[in-house]
Amino acid sequence: MSLVTVLELTPLISAVLLYAIPKGNTKLIKQAAIALSVVALGISGLIAYRFDTNATGMQFVESHNWISNFGIKYAVGIDGLALVLILLTTILTPIVLLAGWNEAEGGRWSVRTFYVLMLILESSMIAVFAATDVFLFYVIFEAMLIPVYLLIGGYGRGERAAAAMKFLLYSLLGGLLMLAAVIGIYIISTNQIGGTFETAKLATLHIDSLTENCLFLGFFIAFAIKAPLWPFHTWLPGAAKSATPATSVLLLGVLDKVGTYGMIRFCITLFPHATKTFTPLIIVLSIISILYGAFLAIGQRDINGLIAFTSISHFGFIVLGIFSMTSQGLSGATLYMVNHGFSTAALFLVAGWMVARRNSSQIEDFGGLQRITPVMAWSFFIAGMSALALPGISSFVSEFLVLVGTFTRYPVAAIFGTTGIVLAALYVLITVQRSLHGPAAPGNEGISDLNLREKIAIAPVIALLVIMGFFPKPVLDWINPSSTATMQAAGYSDPLPKAGK
Amino acid sequence: MTTRTDLVYLIALPLFSSAFLLLLGRIADKWGHFFATAISASTFGIGLYEFFAMRSRSGDFRAATQRIFEWISVGTFKVDASLLLDQLSICFVLLITGVGTLIHIYSIAYMSHDRDRRRFFAYLNLFIAAMLLLVLGDSYLNLYVGWEGVGLASYLLIGFWNERPAYATAAKKAFVANRVGDVGLSLAIMIAFTQFGSVTFSGVKDAALHASSAALTALGAMLLLAAAGKSAQFPLQSWLGDAMAGPTPVSALIHAATMVTAGVYLITRSNFIFDASSTARLLVVIVGAITLLFGAIVGTAKDDIKKALAASTMSQIGYMILATGLGPVGYAFAIMHLLTHGFFKASMFLGAGSVMHGMNDEVNMRRYGGLGKVMPITAVTFGLGYLAIIGVPPFAGFYSKDKIIETAFNAGGARGILLGGAALLGAAITAFYMTRVVVLTFTGQKRWADGTHPHESPSLMLIPIILLSVGSVASGFLLNKGNALVHWLAPVVDASGAEGGAELFKPIVVSALALGVVVLGVLTAVLKYRGTVPVEAPAGSPLTRFARRDLGQDDFNHRVLVLPGRAITKSLVGMDFHFVDGIVRAVGWTLSYLSLSLKKVQNGYVRSYALLMTIGAIALLATIWLVTL
Repeated sequence: MSLVTVLELTPLISAVLLYAIPKGNTKLIKQAAIALSVVALGISGLIAYRFDTNATGMQFVESHNWISNFGIKYAVGIDGLALVLILLTTILTPIVLLAGWNEAEGGRWSVRTFYVLMLILESSMIAVFAATDVFLFYVIFEAMLIPVYLLIGGYGRGERAAAAMKFLLYSLLGGLLMLAAVIGIYIISTNQIGGTFETAKLATLHIDSLTENCLFLGFFIAFAIKAPLWPFHTWLPGAAKSATPATSVLLLGVLDKVGTYGMIRFCITLFPHATKTFTPLIIVLSIISILYGAFLAIGQRDINGLIAFTSISHFGFIVLGIFSMTSQGLSGATLYMVNHGFSTAALFLVAGWMVARRNSSQIEDFGGLQRITPVMAWSFFIAGMSALALPGISSFVSEFLVLVGTFTRYPVAAIFGTTGIVLAALYVLITVQRSLHGPAAPGNEGISDLNLREKIAIAPVIALLVIMGFFPKPVLDWINPSSTATMQAAGYSDPLPKAGK
Repeated sequence: MTTRTDLVYLIALPLFSSAFLLLLGRIADKWGHFFATAISASTFGIGLYEFFAMRSRSGDFRAATQRIFEWISVGTFKVDASLLLDQLSICFVLLITGVGTLIHIYSIAYMSHDRDRRRFFAYLNLFIAAMLLLVLGDSYLNLYVGWEGVGLASYLLIGFWNERPAYATAAKKAFVANRVGDVGLSLAIMIAFTQFGSVTFSGVKDAALHASSAALTALGAMLLLAAAGKSAQFPLQSWLGDAMAGPTPVSALIHAATMVTAGVYLITRSNFIFDASSTARLLVVIVGAITLLFGAIVGTAKDDIKKALAASTMSQIGYMILATGLGPVGYAFAIMHLLTHGFFKASMFLGAGSVMHGMNDEVNMRRYGGLGKVMPITAVTFGLGYLAIIGVPPFAGFYSKDKIIETAFNAGGARGILLGGAALLGAAITAFYMTRVVVLTFTGQKRWADGTHPHESPSLMLIPIILLSVGSVASGFLLNKGNALVHWLAPVVDASGAEGGAELFKPIVVSALALGVVVLGVLTAVLKYRGTVPVEAPAGSPLTRFARRDLGQDDFNHRVLVLPGRAITKSLVGMDFHFVDGIVRAVGWTLSYLSLSLKKVQNGYVRSYALLMTIGAIALLATIWLVTL
């Protein structure tokens, strides 16, 4: 059995194990869930350690017939792209479980159910990144919505039911389009090479351009909803405002990356010609996302809504990097997925603690926290610096790679994208000023600073943000071969310098 | 070129000291300021050692590099964290760590009553580290890290007392204005990589020989935009006056002597770009000439001593930028003025801090008067700085500013006359507003607010001022002696092939002209302010009022940027809810009216969803089965 399968199963088994603990013993349930998620983290660490950065193609592959009549397989394997996203999942899960210690209280169901759902979500996120069979990918892609839906609808705040439903319906729409495309490509494969869902084999098909364009769009729209790309984004702010911080982190930090991951893995690899056709449109949409998300972030009054719109802006950068079709753009976009995960985690977790203490998520209700709660304020500030991609913090490396890669092929798009850094400074610093600076706002005087548990939860995130800002090399070493492979599959190579030596 | 392994300590020491002091928290309150000062002093020690070591080596071996680690490597985009210590960067290292250490010492006393003194010193160390990275990075991307790093330090220090909303706003304004400049630097790096396949200084320099003039001009223009943001040059100058919200030692170090001059460094470092593009040079001299006059005019109208000095800084950097646009001969003069300005402006800012210290933090010069008697040392040192900035021989500014005026006149034709005239006019206005500052502050009647008991500052504050004023006196002479600085920098800025250009006036004539207008400016100010000075500012002419409002810079930005920006934000927020999401909601409602089954979806929650998914999967399998029949 491949280590990747072991890793997929670990959180699932952990979830089952939680049922051995009495429902009332919530403390033990929490401790056990965190400990078991650390085991998963350890296994993923072992995978990373054994991962060969020089090899091309998938590693840790495993394949069994599942529904052999239709050529459906349980097939998994990882390349650098999948590896970094899986590591993101396994690192963030214990952190959010620790950070969100009190989140499950007061939910519709028990505390135990909350942790079971979180672990199921972790397992499905690992599986979705590891799946190399399109049918398997589709099933997990759809199935993973259920735990998220229950986490938002059952444990969230405010209009949680409506937000959960909106999220579900949106995803359902995307899922149906993708389903149609999956059927379509399977049909073509049966005519040409015998029915299969294996990604690698599907990439060899010859598809006429109209069909290819339709299939591309089926996948792309599903991923653009998930990512989310303008104008498919309107489910996100509601979900972010209603979900608990831990759910938001996994939803925006990891699960949404399935969208951008899918664009690389399926849209580009399976449909290179359609990719060429739609690239101009997608680049325009991503520029709109960058600027639109940033302006909307400036206009937010709710701190979680702000983080949601900054994410829409950042997803714009990721999609821009992917479709710039340069190695800098693709590697930058992949690295951006990881960095955005940690950056968003820091923002949502600290914002969640602020909201819980102040009992309000309105930015104007905060104020003067710098003096009252210095550690919490500093954490929020550093997370904000990461959101505005300050050099020295990880997001800078990925954002700059995306922009420089885009510039070599589409300079005008890169210029528009670069103006986003001014808007980012505005949305971060306006929020920092309103919430941390100034005199203490009424009702803030007695707010307590982060406790030891919260400090332990946020410290590794902040450490990663800084370390990966200066030393992104190990992660880039994993990512670069995947980017090269994707570009080869799409038939692109980097533009050459115009004035050589 | 020498390869080294220990340059990194210059940056690592203050960086880790800063992190250390911030992480330790209140435990370090008692000794944090001494620790940070010792670290800063040790970087100065290293700097001095490096300088003398460099001087003892022959020309070709003076520059030293260190590759620290591989930072980013994707495809052909390879950037190492690497340092370059050459003749140009050592000048800055000495200025940054030397003036920086004096300001650390000064701040021990100046900030002694502040409860957050440790945090203040941690930020100062952070600034030193970032500024050293800025001048030591061997590529534009390394420079960029320092570039935004000093922006961060500046933001933290301007907003050091951010519980006051106006100060927090000033900090934010500085950061955002700088970010506009950073767009320029980002794009410049992208252009460099796209055109030349390299972002290191040496790589770009080599490839620039084969570059198209359009690319070089675009690159130069973007670098100029970056310089304008960081160095408060037109049209991105508006943040500097507000930045005076920071504690005065910060104004002296960051917003006078070092950080704001980074734009001059950037252009000088990129001399190979500007040498190759006359259009880019033209843009540079236009920005420099406008700013030197802009700052000088604003300086005549400010009653706040720090804002008057800030306007003066903007103006003096305008001179430096002007010089960098005057071709290969100008760079060394720009750097010379930068160094002398570092001494005399830091000394005057610290003097202003000393005055404020004795005057209950009063900054309004109309509330000063007659302070020369009670603060003799502050007055004398300020006076020396004053003589230096207005350019009286043999004080520092005389040498450096005269060279710039001279070179400007020699630019040739109408351009030379215009630029030289602007520089000369600027010198006259400088003499006027600086005389005004000195007269209003140190001479005449006391106009002190009730309960003010001015006194001379403690020696911990006076010693740094005295040392800096020694620099105000002697630095110009020393740097100019035998063209010392010009020769020292020659390998970096490559002025060898430069034509001196036809001399419009003989140097002695330029000096005489400059001295003449300076005397005129001084006399005008003395005559105007020697009598009684009203405590309340008189209404003034429309021009005066316009100058007090910084020539309308904030009104302009408000109308052209802030208001439209707010309108866009507001309309997009509305559009997102009513239009984009409106369509989504409309589709949802329509479907739910049309279809009962969808209502079931909305009511039945997960069970229905799971069912739907199953149906979907079955449909998929059925289709596949049909197809494969």
